[in-house]
Amino acid sequence: MRIELQTLLTIFGMALVTYLTRVGGLWLMNRVTLSGRVERGLSNLPGAVMISIVAPALLSSGWIGLVAGLLTALVARRTGNLLLAMLTGVGCVLIYRLLTNP
Amino acid sequence: MDKIDRTNQEKPVLSFGWVGVVEGFRRCLPIALGVFIYGLVFGVLAQQAGLSIIEALLMSGLVFAGASQFAALKLWTIIPLPTPEIILTTLIVNLRHVLMGAAVQPWFASLKPWQRYLSVFFMTDENWALTMSEFKKGKRNGAMLLGSGLALFLAWTGSTLAGRALGSVLQDPAKWGLDFAFTAVFITLLVGMWRGKSDILPWLIAAAVAIAASQLIPGNWYILLGGLAGSLAGAWRK
Repeated sequence: MRIELQTLLTIFGMALVTYLTRVGGLWLMNRVTLSGRVERGLSNLPGAVMISIVAPALLSSGWIGLVAGLLTALVARRTGNLLLAMLTGVGCVLIYRLLTNP
Repeated sequence: MDKIDRTNQEKPVLSFGWVGVVEGFRRCLPIALGVFIYGLVFGVLAQQAGLSIIEALLMSGLVFAGASQFAALKLWTIIPLPTPEIILTTLIVNLRHVLMGAAVQPWFASLKPWQRYLSVFFMTDENWALTMSEFKKGKRNGAMLLGSGLALFLAWTGSTLAGRALGSVLQDPAKWGLDFAFTAVFITLLVGMWRGKSDILPWLIAAAVAIAASQLIPGNWYILLGGLAGSLAGAWRK
């Protein structure tokens, strides 16, 4: 089984900062109160990061990527079934590839 | 989040024990099923990103924060491994935990420090929401966060293993369309995070900044730049 030192250190680093965010709230509230602005900013971060990963990827994947992405979002929103949503998107790309280079 | 002055409130006294852990575990099982599916996908993508079984399991067991782990995988394929970028991205995606921890803090005041510090390790969006709603309903089970978190932890690590094993069976991922699974998983995460029209502007700004930065700036800083821009836009709107 392969474990590389840098990989291990990266995982430990991720674990450390994540645990700090989890205990951070316990320490914070004793000292300061968060303003509404800071709260809104923090709660907007994950979505904004996810969009920032997706948008350039969709743009560079051509029209089939855009169509598959839209279908994934639509199925996820309508059914709430994330497995079905992902299979729809992946299946859409797969079918396109089978048709274009058999 | 409520802005009432908590110092004048009566401090709730919570119980903390095995019965509470089991109760939390049981209540969270339906949610754990959804987490299991995300974990399967995480395992498959971890294999594609080049993580060994033990590395994938370590990440899921020690970090235990799905969205940030997917974001990390996205950066994992770069050679050499961009450690600072990965850790910084993880921190940014997980900063919302500070808000969640701050919200449970007054409830946890009556618990022993080890009970608090252990419980928050298992705090995720899903079981935090469940625990807060239980507290607000008048339940005083202090082990709810821990018990429900353990259910999610088992689902997440178990499915990471299963997905990682499945990943080694699948050959030629691009042909299977699995390369798109990355984008698909981020899209489903986004659908889950959508809270209404107030998200449109921050998300549009994030997308625009990320696209521009990905063209103009070398490396993968576009992810953080877009994320920060979107977050600032969210903070500054009315």
